[in-house]
Amino acid sequence: MADATLPIAAPEALTRPRPAVRIVPIRGLPIVAAVIGGLAVALAGNWLWALDFYHVVGGGLWTGVDLFVGLVVGPILGRLSVPARVEFSTRFMPKMLLIMPTLVTMTLASGWQLARHLGDLGVAYPGHWWLTASFIVVGVMAVIALGILEPANLAVLFELRKPNPDGQLVGRLMHRFVYTAGVTGVMQIATLVIMTRIATW
Amino acid sequence: MLVASMALVVAGGIYVSAQLPKPPELVPAAVLLAGAVLLLAAAVAGLARQAVFAWERFRQVGGWALCAYVVVAGMLEYVFVADGARGPLLTVISLMLLVFAVDVPCLLGFSVARYQEQPPAADR
Repeated sequence: MADATLPIAAPEALTRPRPAVRIVPIRGLPIVAAVIGGLAVALAGNWLWALDFYHVVGGGLWTGVDLFVGLVVGPILGRLSVPARVEFSTRFMPKMLLIMPTLVTMTLASGWQLARHLGDLGVAYPGHWWLTASFIVVGVMAVIALGILEPANLAVLFELRKPNPDGQLVGRLMHRFVYTAGVTGVMQIATLVIMTRIATW
Repeated sequence: MLVASMALVVAGGIYVSAQLPKPPELVPAAVLLAGAVLLLAAAVAGLARQAVFAWERFRQVGGWALCAYVVVAGMLEYVFVADGARGPLLTVISLMLLVFAVDVPCLLGFSVARYQEQPPAADR
């Protein structure tokens, strides 16, 4: 007699083979070390070109990556199947774990020195408000990135390493990226406005 | 609490930076720093009271994160020292960076460890 009850199939995302999740991409570490080392040399030497390079490249990539991921990759990811989302995230998120803090460190450290080098720090108020506004914008982004997004990023990666990851938990954590995307998007556009204003004083 | 502590440190940093290169008024920054320290202490105390917690994972994640953020805080400290910050200003900035460098690793370690399997009762 056939069994009248059918076994309940586990969600496909949790049963099909998943790529091994490496939290920190080891091959990226020498690149990060080289970038930070170069930054230290640039700060020590206080060379205008080097500081400008680090600030423009770091800031441009930080803003570009944030906006691209928030406005393009995020919505596409939301429409993919769960297995596709998992596969993408397990490859994408570890790289972001290295890339974003490196870009932020590059941008902030060189930016302060650049402002001092060019005399921007000495601009009196009310013009100085443009600089203060940039500090506030960066501060908001830092709290969101370090306080909300990076913890979620790490927690998701560790959860995906488990034999039976909690899909609801992963979904809940990933939602942080959705509801902070608007705030960080506005902050990044504000950064573009402020930086181009300061550069053309 | 850790996020709030970080936010207070960031606010203090913004307040000080907005006044440089003139000698900044440090009292408001010191108040923000004190608030950040209190929140960090409360968070650590609350965490220490957890009888059942994935401490091994917390130490693993927090430890490596601490290494990374010591480097970040160190670079920012170097920038301010190279710019001539001294005395009370340097003290306040250094303490802010120290709180920041502890806040983030604790937050990362906790965020991961809270969802990990608890260790067996015999190992607690």
